[in-house]
Amino acid sequence: MSGFYRLSGGRILDPSRGRDEVGDLFVAGGRIVDPASLPVETRWESIDASGRIVAPGLIDIHVHLREPGEPQKETFASGTRAAAAGGFTAVVAMPNTRPPADQPNTIGWIRERAREQGVVRVYPTGCLSEGRTGEKLAPLGSLRAAGVVALTDDGSCIQDAGLMRRVMEYAAMLDLPVLEHCEESSVSAGGVMHEGYWSAVLGLRGWPSLAEELIVSRDLLLAERTGARLHCQHLSSAGSVRLIREAKRRGVAVSAEVTPHHLALTDGDLARYDTHCKMNPPLGSEADREALLEGIIDGAIDLIASDHAPHCSFEKEVEFDRAPFGIVGLETTLAVAAETLVKPKLLDWPGLIARLSTIPARLLGLPGGTLSTGAAADLVVIDPDLRWTVNPQAFQSRGRNTPFSGWEVQGRAMLTMVEGKIVWRL
Amino acid sequence: MGSEGPKGNPEHRAEGKWTRRHLLGLRELDREEILLLLDAADAMTSRWEGGRESPSLRGLTVVNLFIEPSTRTRVSFELAAKRLGAHVLEIDQESSSIRKGESLKDTARNLEAMGADFLVLRHSAAGAAHFLADRVRSSVINAGDGAHEHPTQGLLDLLTIRRRLGKIEGVRVAIVGDILHSRVARSDIWGLRKLGAEVTLVGPRTLLPEVFGRFGVRLSSELDPVLPWAQVIILLRIQHERQREGMFPSLGEYVSLYGLGNARLGRCPPEVLLMHPGPVERGIEMESEVADGPSSVILDQVASGVAVRMAVFSELARLHRRDREGV
Repeated sequence: MSGFYRLSGGRILDPSRGRDEVGDLFVAGGRIVDPASLPVETRWESIDASGRIVAPGLIDIHVHLREPGEPQKETFASGTRAAAAGGFTAVVAMPNTRPPADQPNTIGWIRERAREQGVVRVYPTGCLSEGRTGEKLAPLGSLRAAGVVALTDDGSCIQDAGLMRRVMEYAAMLDLPVLEHCEESSVSAGGVMHEGYWSAVLGLRGWPSLAEELIVSRDLLLAERTGARLHCQHLSSAGSVRLIREAKRRGVAVSAEVTPHHLALTDGDLARYDTHCKMNPPLGSEADREALLEGIIDGAIDLIASDHAPHCSFEKEVEFDRAPFGIVGLETTLAVAAETLVKPKLLDWPGLIARLSTIPARLLGLPGGTLSTGAAADLVVIDPDLRWTVNPQAFQSRGRNTPFSGWEVQGRAMLTMVEGKIVWRL
Repeated sequence: MGSEGPKGNPEHRAEGKWTRRHLLGLRELDREEILLLLDAADAMTSRWEGGRESPSLRGLTVVNLFIEPSTRTRVSFELAAKRLGAHVLEIDQESSSIRKGESLKDTARNLEAMGADFLVLRHSAAGAAHFLADRVRSSVINAGDGAHEHPTQGLLDLLTIRRRLGKIEGVRVAIVGDILHSRVARSDIWGLRKLGAEVTLVGPRTLLPEVFGRFGVRLSSELDPVLPWAQVIILLRIQHERQREGMFPSLGEYVSLYGLGNARLGRCPPEVLLMHPGPVERGIEMESEVADGPSSVILDQVASGVAVRMAVFSELARLHRRDREGV
């Protein structure tokens, strides 16, 4: 039985209802409750939230939990602990596991293991193509029946436009969103960083923004034609933001996400060949970064997701060309986003919470993202003033691969609650 | 050019003295550091030709870690180190445990544990020398890392030009060929620009992206208009694999657009210097008689290479001994 909590004196932010006020929030039986509905003698455990933000739990729709197949990198236990420490109460797990999540029994296994070991909610996604090879449709209907919340080949992208059309038609029929990793691989081939000034200086193979923009363009046309719900993952280029902004104006059912690292860093951060800055898609130019900031502010980009991608330390401790793409992000997303958006007053806290919770929930039709009475008590208490230094050795994640090590940041999850149960307390 | 800010070695030099532990690239050196090395190379040559020994590496161990094949550069480093009295070990990819899957870091740390004072690294991955420099106590000399830099080649090119023309400031240099994949071009560009030369890069658009214009150089996709202008022409090696990658349609077409034969040489100033980092593919970058003709200074470059590498070893050794022995 979950406890009875009174979160007192906090700034209650609930973008789902436009609520922003200082007050108390009550939790009982795993739900957010109106205390008037309970007996007056109810004994509440008081949690002092004064000076802090009480918000719906954050929801990360782009997370690699690495199970099944690579528990040395992350497990349901470690990954969901990292999520909780970052203020997340739910994560959407990508299907590029080993084996890939392209069969209903794999989805069943993921759901069961996540339920047993996870401390936050885990929603599985299923592959678009069998084995993520981009050659043949995965059993999309069976995957939906097994409980996936979206479809994606994340980590790679179906190159065959004909197959992608069929995928979209099927996904539209099943009313499942398609999360697209936008990468035209003949253009990105061999690229390890953004193609531009710094790739020319460093002598690293460039990855043109065009590789992303070609697929964004293609998929916008396909989505418009098929009626599928398209969600473009981890945008990195100014051109992509422009394409999506225009498509939204036309009424195309498209949404998009950006990662905190693409908002905070640029290709110039690779000047010392730091493999912790090697990600897919690569960090763009300063002009790209500014366009992404503009996109997240004006709504062309809907939400922020971490693309949490843990790797073993030794894998990143190699020559740049040979290192895998990806960084961890669950435990730094909130602070890096706050540093990049709230501190320079580009967004206020309600705006940030909306993009980290309410909007992701709404887009994928997930529970959460609200503090409405009667809703599950999935919430986070944030200290917006707490300054701290990112120390990967203290991460709950098994992954230590972050470019933000040593960064002085502000804002941190002090307490995370899932269905009324405290799963993280600093 | 400088606004993007070279972050470079963390060490900074005191006025007039060499204070870097590694030589990773010319981009991070300032004008005075480059001149210091060129002057040291001239001094080395004088001593050597005067029959005087310079045992500045006596008691020190140099490991030539050549993970990517090379003959000219490896031999040049070996000769330079031996002339300075070092113990020299040669390790190539075939004989290293990297072939068995050992990481570069582990290989380097093992060599260091066995007493390597210098690691001269040739590697196919850009940034490999930076990678090692951040992880070992030995001095790392970049002997060419992927398409990034080849600083001693850049220095020997500068030395060759200075010896022939008496200066670098204001000299008009054309670099021709596959700029995109050339570590030599990058080191040459940084070195030449820092010393005040005017540089024009010449090549097909696929091998010379516009972004190179931000390096403080001019770009041209045509060679012929550049020929009367250039005092120095540096021709780069064209790798056949670039044709397979679709970077240009055929070698024949490349030669017709960018190959240097007698007809094109006739449009150059008579005192033009022709340079090439080698090995020359005769009949492609330049015709054989041009490569062997009076304008070619390719063998001067080779000779300058040993002097430059002796200079680099000597300057690094001074610092290395100071750090090791506290003197």
